[in-house]
Amino acid sequence: MWGCRGSLAAPGPETVRYGGNTSCLEVRPSDGRLIVIDAGTGARNLGIALGKNRPDRIDILLTHLHLDHIEGLGFFGPVWDEGCEVHIWGPPSPLRTLREDIAKYFSPPLFPVHLDDLPSHLVIHDVPGGEWEIGATKIRAQPVNHPGPTVGYRLQDGDNVLTYISDHEPALGVDLRSVTPDWVSGYALAYGADVLLHDSQYTEEEYPGRVGWGHSSIAHTVSFALITKVKRLVMFHHDPLHSDAQLEAMLVRAKELWGEEPDDIVLSYEGMEIEVS
Amino acid sequence: MQQQKSLVLILARDLADKLASAMFVVDADGTLVYFNEPAERILGRSFADVGPAAMQEWASAFGPLTVEGRPLTLDELPLTVALRERQPVHKQLAVTTPSGEVRQIAATAFPLFARTDEFEGAAAVFWELEG
Ligand SMILES: [Zn+2]
Ligand SMILES: [Zn+2]
Repeated sequence: MWGCRGSLAAPGPETVRYGGNTSCLEVRPSDGRLIVIDAGTGARNLGIALGKNRPDRIDILLTHLHLDHIEGLGFFGPVWDEGCEVHIWGPPSPLRTLREDIAKYFSPPLFPVHLDDLPSHLVIHDVPGGEWEIGATKIRAQPVNHPGPTVGYRLQDGDNVLTYISDHEPALGVDLRSVTPDWVSGYALAYGADVLLHDSQYTEEEYPGRVGWGHSSIAHTVSFALITKVKRLVMFHHDPLHSDAQLEAMLVRAKELWGEEPDDIVLSYEGMEIEVS
Repeated sequence: MQQQKSLVLILARDLADKLASAMFVVDADGTLVYFNEPAERILGRSFADVGPAAMQEWASAFGPLTVEGRPLTLDELPLTVALRERQPVHKQLAVTTPSGEVRQIAATAFPLFARTDEFEGAAAVFWELEG
């Protein structure tokens, strides 16, 4: 895990334990490929760590184009590397392709270099509606409740399932305790996953002031994980205002809500490694 | 993969749930997946009594008539037109409540597209006409 902070990078003494970089996950399936999920500021460090050992092809799955999920893209070493084939997948808007939207970020005055002038071999795909494969990994993207076109991902390698829904407000307008599961945004993506990385941006006290902002309170996160019967829950997309101590207090509350097997719920932190099995 | 309603249908149902106007939501196959309490008031039936239901089933449940009192065929209902033509449509018609009362309504039905090529269903907003 190269970044797990939500909304805005938040470096500083208050956030050293869980990290200040925004969303970026390095996934290594059994076939040895490299799949990157989201390209927040954490992507810069991933690029550095890959160095000369980078594979010839890298696939980047973007959940959406909010800046905290793409601002590391221009600083991800392999996109500047002529010999590298970089495939970017993500949701298009109703009127524009993903390429057109990414090109907005890669253009002056927001960024000095145009998308078309990047030296790597860049291939940009609108995510397909159904399942597709990257090597041995079967992937599904589905729209989830968050402002603007946004998807979550379900990655399956053999029998092992990882679900990633970084920005998600499944409780918007819905009482998660009373609605049947098939009416819950993200249900099919997360159902039965070995590991679920999920938005856990707010405390229960903060959420009422942030309804409709596209994120979950910790109570919603735990409810969602229980409804979808995931095996392990990783709290992700930490609010930039939350210090390490506050995150740890949220974890205590999450464990209370989770009930049995409290070790199955953890806080994500930069440098974390998770074996999906 | 577990079955799950599309996000557009989930949001359409949320909207209906919070609207004071009567609203009806069907999926891409025409299956009735939700109508709200204001709709229950006009139709004289609760969603729990009628839905979820296939198109043929729910269409006949409401005894739809033209404004002149001729029975409306399935093909003529605003929602089925919106489903078939994938365009908005507005009509006046009448519905029959379980007690046999005939109520004149106006309905606007419209298709729900997630993307230009992703058809998820249709919704109709309707209201009772005075007199
Ligand atoms: Zn975000
Ligand atoms: Zn976002």
